[in-house]
Amino acid sequence: MSRTTSRPNVLAGTGGWLWLAVIIVPIYYIVVTSFRPRSDYYAENPLSFPAHPTLDAYRQVLENDFLRYFGNSLFVTVVSVVAILAVALTAAYVVVRSASARARRIFQVFLLGIAIPIQATIVPVYYLIIKLGLYDTLWALILPSIAFAIPLSVLILTNFLRDVPKELFESMTVDGAGELRTLWSLALPLSKPAIVTVGVYNGLTVWNGFLFPLVLTQSASTRVVPLSLWSYQGEFTMNVPAVLAAVVLSVVPILAAYILGRRQLVSGLTAGFGK
Amino acid sequence: MSLTITKRPGVEARPAAAGRQRRRTKGGVSIWFAAPALVLFGLFALVPLGGVVVLSFMSWDGLGTPAWTGLDNWQGAIGDDVTRDAFVLTIKVTAFSWLIQAPTALLLGVFMAGRQRYRAVLSVLFFLPLLFSAAAVGIAFKSLLDPNFGIGQALGIDWLAKDWLGDPQLALAVVLFVIAWCFVPFHSLLYQAGVRQIPASLYEAARLDGAGTVQQFLHITLPQLKYTVITSSTLMIVGSLTYFDLIFVLTGGGPGNATRILPLDMYLLGFRSYDMGRASVVAVVLVAVGLAVSIGLNRLSGAHKMDSQMEGS
Repeated sequence: MSRTTSRPNVLAGTGGWLWLAVIIVPIYYIVVTSFRPRSDYYAENPLSFPAHPTLDAYRQVLENDFLRYFGNSLFVTVVSVVAILAVALTAAYVVVRSASARARRIFQVFLLGIAIPIQATIVPVYYLIIKLGLYDTLWALILPSIAFAIPLSVLILTNFLRDVPKELFESMTVDGAGELRTLWSLALPLSKPAIVTVGVYNGLTVWNGFLFPLVLTQSASTRVVPLSLWSYQGEFTMNVPAVLAAVVLSVVPILAAYILGRRQLVSGLTAGFGK
Repeated sequence: MSLTITKRPGVEARPAAAGRQRRRTKGGVSIWFAAPALVLFGLFALVPLGGVVVLSFMSWDGLGTPAWTGLDNWQGAIGDDVTRDAFVLTIKVTAFSWLIQAPTALLLGVFMAGRQRYRAVLSVLFFLPLLFSAAAVGIAFKSLLDPNFGIGQALGIDWLAKDWLGDPQLALAVVLFVIAWCFVPFHSLLYQAGVRQIPASLYEAARLDGAGTVQQFLHITLPQLKYTVITSSTLMIVGSLTYFDLIFVLTGGGPGNATRILPLDMYLLGFRSYDMGRASVVAVVLVAVGLAVSIGLNRLSGAHKMDSQMEGS
């Protein structure tokens, strides 16, 4: 909608700034508190700028194995996202390129999967992970994360690949290229925008995931960042700045991804909408 | 977080190329490309989905071997006040979340779709809550709402210095507010995208006819956003059935059982009381209600549109 009214809409403007306050105050509070000395936490105004800003809280968090949890999260996220992209792209390729009834049925199975709430299957997933001997390993987080990301990822990639002109695929075939070659040197580069969207979205979901780590891991050596926030909260009961410093550190990589790929992320979140 | 995809009509409408493609797939190469995705999805999503139904008829403490108990779990769940209260509470949370989020997201989406420069800048900031994990949000609000060292002290307003998470009524209100804080940004993005697709000519015609901003909103924007409203509402309602991590961190279901909605009831039954059978009963109910709502609202959105959704994280 191009609303180029000359008259400014005062009511909408007020509402917008009000919502900004609702969004920003908690975030501002997290950041300023993380720089507040522990001793001043109980004395200073919670929303004031710290009189003696310090990095103590960050030091404490880093000294308490945060980097290990960060490494665990990074490993789980990177492996999951790469695997999701690999299997979802090949599956989407089949759905788009094959006209067989079987390919269509495969697609319908994935569509069904989109309506399954992850939370509801956690008990059998737990059972399965124990039976596979994967309990309390990072693979216990990676495998279900991949599985639950597949339906939506296949859907986004399929919708995107459908827009690639058929003639391009056919000319590759005429040139004698095999399926793998066509996939690698045609489908992959052409679907780059969709791949970025799927990658960033799933990266965000896996990085922030809480239920799988809570149920499927237990020791500190397999702890990931969201779970570490929760356990810091238990350890540092009297040290709120340290807990909030961990919160800030947990958002840094996501914020970096947001700054780099905001457009893709936003378009990814509303993917396939309208039309 | 949630996503929506619109499946476009004409999936199989490729008669011209069908013959050639069929011949190619007879070779059998292509279809196997989908095997890794199918195996992973089947093993870790479809099998558990069936498994949850099976486990709802079994007794299992999480360690030993599950044993058949017939309808015991179901009878137990129906007779259990805690689970029944959780069910009622879930409906309440769903209804109020929708009442709070839908209008807010709609108005914000319209606001964000405006071309003014300051609106674009605000839209970037509005997105920020989506970056935080539910665990982070829960922890931050817990300390922000501390009666002694939180926001009430900061602003010197007595009204704000309440024991927000210690009072059953207040705790529920806080949960609804924090849920809105987390999810309104996403839904306003959907509305923003929806509004931007409304043809500008509609507004021009309305202005020529002398329609004001409010009239334009009521007679053009709102009707044109019909499908966005349905899809966004589906996501909100189905999403309400899956809020887990946020409430778990923020209140743990308390005080008492004041914020113990069904997903939390399921977790606490399964992984605190080690009654996996009863937890599975709750899970089956969640899946059934979720599917029913999705299908029901899909009917509303018309035969050609198939909106699907995934909720999680």
